[in-house]
Amino acid sequence: MADFRLPKNSRIKKGETHKTEGDSDKVKRFHVYRYDPDSGENPRMDTYEVNMEECGPMVLDAIIKIKNEMDPGLTFRRSCREGICGSCAMNIDGVNTLACTKGCDEIKGDVKIYPLPHMDVVKDLVTDMTHFYAQLASVEPWLKTDTPAPPNQERLQSKEDRAKLDGLYECILCACCQTSCPSYWWNGDRYLGPAVLLQAYRWIVDSRDEATGERLDDLEDPFKIYRCHTIMNCTMACPKGLNPAKAIVETKKLLAERKH
Amino acid sequence: MAAENRPVSPHLQIYRFMWTMALSILHRITGVFLTIGTIFLVYWLVSVAAGPTAYATAQELIASWPGRLLLFGWTLAFWYHFCNGLRHLFWDAGQGLDLGAARLSGYLAVAAAVLLTLLTWYAAYATHGGVL
Repeated sequence: MADFRLPKNSRIKKGETHKTEGDSDKVKRFHVYRYDPDSGENPRMDTYEVNMEECGPMVLDAIIKIKNEMDPGLTFRRSCREGICGSCAMNIDGVNTLACTKGCDEIKGDVKIYPLPHMDVVKDLVTDMTHFYAQLASVEPWLKTDTPAPPNQERLQSKEDRAKLDGLYECILCACCQTSCPSYWWNGDRYLGPAVLLQAYRWIVDSRDEATGERLDDLEDPFKIYRCHTIMNCTMACPKGLNPAKAIVETKKLLAERKH
Repeated sequence: MAAENRPVSPHLQIYRFMWTMALSILHRITGVFLTIGTIFLVYWLVSVAAGPTAYATAQELIASWPGRLLLFGWTLAFWYHFCNGLRHLFWDAGQGLDLGAARLSGYLAVAAAVLLTLLTWYAAYATHGGVL
């Protein structure tokens, strides 16, 4: 059942402000969600003033600078810093996106940074992704075949069949869409969510896969796919410009069509 | 580490209220409002069956200011739910799911709902001279 309020231990308190020297018009303020599992205290919002003259252009540059120079305790995931690993997904300026591809100058005024929404927080901006990965594993996102592979060559695919995977294979599994979806907030225990459903569709439409029927059988469930109400927050959030809402609709169409 | 005591990260409280979720929740709210409206529709129909006195009371209630305001609300809710329902039908057929098209159809649904509501009320007043 949907619980719109945050539980008592999750309500956010006021935090500290870390000031910085320099021209005040070059300084940008970053309000960052902090949670320390060792203290047992509620999460808080800390404020960091960053001199943008001495900082890289992206939000990730800013929080790395904060961690290096102001507060080494600040915890977040990051790796590739070029929008391909999906590690630095977080809620920036009210929308889920990758810190490494979001420019600080795209945000007017102060920058607010929270972890991915409606997730269990491990520490600061790091959320527990266990359930998301378990859901992904449940759709068995790999090629399933009964027939043996042809000798001395790959399983081939026509250009048209390959084109069906465009807009699907590019997903980096950052979970920006997954955690932007209100349906996933309220029913995430049983609803698979946009990222996982896009992956499911990616294997359903793959011409080389021979388990299409079983894959559709698995989704034929009141919650797994049908909690999608085409809100389209997912498509709005995707930092790779993909369209999970469309992938879900196409899957629903296949589910409906095979009943005739 | 006490994993079970982990806080839940904020969601509704912090997510930017965008047209996507605004139009979606409006669809849900108008749907609920229309469901409540059907109870009043049943009351009106029962009053017809119950005879002239009951019917006169019902008509008086409906024609009162709060009655008309509620009716106006239901008209607006009906037309928005109808127009946005059409949008959902197109989506379910796989059409209009690109962000640009979805945004445009959303604004069109709102505009059409307002226009159709005004038209409905104009027609009602024109044919009944303002007296229900």
